[in-house]
Amino acid sequence: MQRKKECVAMLLAGGQGSRLYALTNNIAKPAVAFGAKYRIIDFPLSNCINSGIDTVGVLTQYQPLELNEYIGNGQPWDLDRAFGGVHILSPYQAKKKSSWYEGTANAIYQNMHFMKMYNPEYVLILSGDHIYKMDYAQMLDAHKRTGADCTIAAIEVPMKEASRFGILNTNADGSIYQFEEKPKQPKSNLASMGIYIFTASKLFKYLEEDEANPASSKDFGKDVLPAMLNAGEKMYSYLFRGYWKDVGTISSLWESNMDLLGENPAFDVGDPSWKIHSRNPLAPPGYIGESAIVGNSMIALGCEIEGTVQNSVLASNVVVEEGAKVIDSVIMAGSVIKKGATVSYSILDENVVVEEGATVGANKGKSADIAVLGRDITIAAGVQVDGGKILDKDYKGE
Amino acid sequence: MASAVGVIFSNIHDEKIPELSRHRTMASIPFGGRYRLIDFPLSNMVNSGITTVGLVTKYNYQSLIDHLGSGKDWDLARKDGGIILLPPYSDETDAPYTNRLEALKGITGFLNRRKEDYVVITDCDGVARIDIADIIRYHAEKQADITMVYHEEEDISSNYFITIQPDESGRVKDLQINPSGNGKVNLYINVMVISREYLLNIIKTAIAHGLSSFGRDILAKNVNTMKIYGYKFDGYYAGVKSLKSYFKHNMELLDKDVRDELFGARDIYTKVRDSAPSKYIEGAQVKNSLVSDGCIIEGVVENSILFRGVKVGKGSVVKNCVVMQDTVIGSNVELNCVITDKNVVIRDRRHLAGCEILPYFISKGRMI
Repeated sequence: MQRKKECVAMLLAGGQGSRLYALTNNIAKPAVAFGAKYRIIDFPLSNCINSGIDTVGVLTQYQPLELNEYIGNGQPWDLDRAFGGVHILSPYQAKKKSSWYEGTANAIYQNMHFMKMYNPEYVLILSGDHIYKMDYAQMLDAHKRTGADCTIAAIEVPMKEASRFGILNTNADGSIYQFEEKPKQPKSNLASMGIYIFTASKLFKYLEEDEANPASSKDFGKDVLPAMLNAGEKMYSYLFRGYWKDVGTISSLWESNMDLLGENPAFDVGDPSWKIHSRNPLAPPGYIGESAIVGNSMIALGCEIEGTVQNSVLASNVVVEEGAKVIDSVIMAGSVIKKGATVSYSILDENVVVEEGATVGANKGKSADIAVLGRDITIAAGVQVDGGKILDKDYKGE
Repeated sequence: MASAVGVIFSNIHDEKIPELSRHRTMASIPFGGRYRLIDFPLSNMVNSGITTVGLVTKYNYQSLIDHLGSGKDWDLARKDGGIILLPPYSDETDAPYTNRLEALKGITGFLNRRKEDYVVITDCDGVARIDIADIIRYHAEKQADITMVYHEEEDISSNYFITIQPDESGRVKDLQINPSGNGKVNLYINVMVISREYLLNIIKTAIAHGLSSFGRDILAKNVNTMKIYGYKFDGYYAGVKSLKSYFKHNMELLDKDVRDELFGARDIYTKVRDSAPSKYIEGAQVKNSLVSDGCIIEGVVENSILFRGVKVGKGSVVKNCVVMQDTVIGSNVELNCVITDKNVVIRDRRHLAGCEILPYFISKGRMI
């Protein structure tokens, strides 16, 4: 008997995330830190393992080093398996040609041999850009129940925002009769989440056809899905109700971090029934000092807090010295806010140093934008970094 | 560096702290917010390049097995070596071991199969960050039979301890067990380096002569004939001798110097639990406290150590406490000098207090 996996997940993690600016200078978007101890990719990976899917191909292309290092052998997600587990799939050189991934469909096409190794009935396509908790097993059940060839996860968005999304127009039974990519006059508010389950044989067939079509842009949303619909394949939407956030922009990344705070957070990462797994930092418990004032915040291991932290998310090993203030901000691992410095309405990447008395960002609500400091940079003592400023080099003032 | 294998005694000293060892080994007693006592010797070994550690157990070691898992969190899930559990071995003629010598006899098979030159033997009653590689270097340089690590302490009160008196060369010429009226002494901190072949020989001879105490019958009796050297450890050492000292040493972690020494290098390993980062709700007031991950704090916390997953409800005041994993403190509770073991629930409006020399202890899983 040939060994097989019922469902194999393919996670598109090649995104550059150019709208995250300095935060993705050197790393792929799925490797961007989130929520004090996580990275974006922890969410789809944790969803996979929590849904019983233990075979995941992660397709990387842009700046893959840190992402590869982070995923490693997959052990933090329990995805180190003798058969299955997590595998990094980079573009490769073949006998006849070598090529970068050209579009989402082409990326999956180029890894057909990987999927076929597991002889799957179904293939789950995911992207590494979203923060959400979702049971893919329920979606797979729906896919089987409807007998669909392709099921697309969808979420209801406010009608006035629908024109920013790929919209699914469906019949009463959930079957899809039309796709509209960013329609000017949307007919429905059902937005595609970029999560697809295909019956494997159909996926393979349409990927091959798409690859052979020189006019195709080799994209799932633009080419493969419309081709299937035109050919009369059974396509259904699967309605997801829950928190789902594209963290592709500075402001959405900031908002999503803030959604973790409070007694009844919009998004709860501490839910024991749906653990978010991650590669954990090696650090002692956080220390909250004698002079510290901490309110409505999330603080990871290894932090040393002597100053004020309010409405903020602090990742591991962050230091906030006496008299320093961190307000409405997201601070990634290892950053240091020195004595008397103030950071407000900002995102600081890893290992940033804000020297004594410096001021970063503007007060939130003063119609200013979020300030962003790229990793490993130093802000000189006493200088001012205006709200909305994005820096990726040391800054000594104007 | 010459190669060494580690041996850790997980149960010896259990009796020092019966409150916490009732359901677990000394090795698996929680410490410092997210650690177990064994994490310190085990991390010290790993950080010194030791990749094989035999763990001598006797009873109540479920919690220890659960903590260690495959050893991967210490990078000790290895094909060759790694963590090797050594539960009591007995055949028809032998009962399970009752002392250290018999325990060592029980692991001669393990020691015989290893190829390393030296054995590092430690217990789990001490919290320290020790460079074991340096002790092995010292041991080799002195061509010692045994190197005993000591730390200067004052007024020891413990039911069993060894003090040593090294001369200028480091050679130990006097070794005492439970000396009375002690002032400043060189306390042997239960970390020892010994040549593997030498150890095997000692065990064989001792068993043949019916000896029963490693300290009394071997070390103390042969201090003049064996080449025993003392290695002075100058760093921070917390010997856990009683519930009182356990409490005191936990509180010492609120001192930045102690924290920096133990954790500054970020190389003390422990089991990963994938808890969410800790949350401070509006209205929380936390001062001078260590807070591990997975905590949700709505009340006042001062001078305390909070382990993973602790909840402190609204209006509650927690001062000078050691609060272990998954303890739930309701609202308007007041605690002072209290140690709660794992999974304790303190219901709303309870007021409990101990004092520094006699912390109030609440055992595992109790609801108050």
